[in-house]
Amino acid sequence: MKINNVILKTVTKVVIYIILTLAVYLFLAGHNSPGGGFIGGLVLSTAFVLLFIVYDIETIQKALPFDFKKVAALGAFLAVGTGFGSFVFDVPFLTQAFGYFNLPFFGEVELTTVTIFELGVALVVVGVVVTIILSISEDV
Amino acid sequence: MINIMLSAALVLFGVAILISLYRIIIGPSLPDRVIALDMIGVHLVSAIAIISVLFHTTAFLEVILILAILSFISTIAFSKYIERGVIIERKHDS
Repeated sequence: MKINNVILKTVTKVVIYIILTLAVYLFLAGHNSPGGGFIGGLVLSTAFVLLFIVYDIETIQKALPFDFKKVAALGAFLAVGTGFGSFVFDVPFLTQAFGYFNLPFFGEVELTTVTIFELGVALVVVGVVVTIILSISEDV
Repeated sequence: MINIMLSAALVLFGVAILISLYRIIIGPSLPDRVIALDMIGVHLVSAIAIISVLFHTTAFLEVILILAILSFISTIAFSKYIERGVIIERKHDS
């Protein structure tokens, strides 16, 4: 039986941008308010899971040609790399630094190296969650 | 006065969640239970909004958005399982 779920697909095309925006907001807001790398990564993987549910695996993997195991590995490399980057400046492992910079559009912004660590955490969460979901759905 | 009204609204949301729970327990078919679970999600979103007014904080507003998104996606997953018997397809047969 051929099923044409056009309402679901059209709603998903709109909703997916809201979910991705919320994920990026949660990731960037983690320094001063609730949020952070873990929950940002979870919301991001929720968006991917919604795409995989509404469409099918081959279509989405053609549109998003990531190997999600490699995404998780890249995230772990980033998180450990910020730790080892502190050895360059002769300070203990995982020492984080911050500074105030004048960006052209945003004005004065506090930029920290914790953001890179949190980016690693978010990439690990996305890779692990999507890999688990795709591995479970294999046997059909 | 406003605190009493908000607390009364919380109690009413609790009663509504209990009624939905009754439908989940005795619901004769699976779609009844899925609709009742979605209704519990909506009531939880409203209850969290009222709690964040009651506590004078804006720290719970992200919880509302995330809970709404999760309720939406879980309802879609259940519906697809009921309709197709499979949640994530390998290749679309169309």
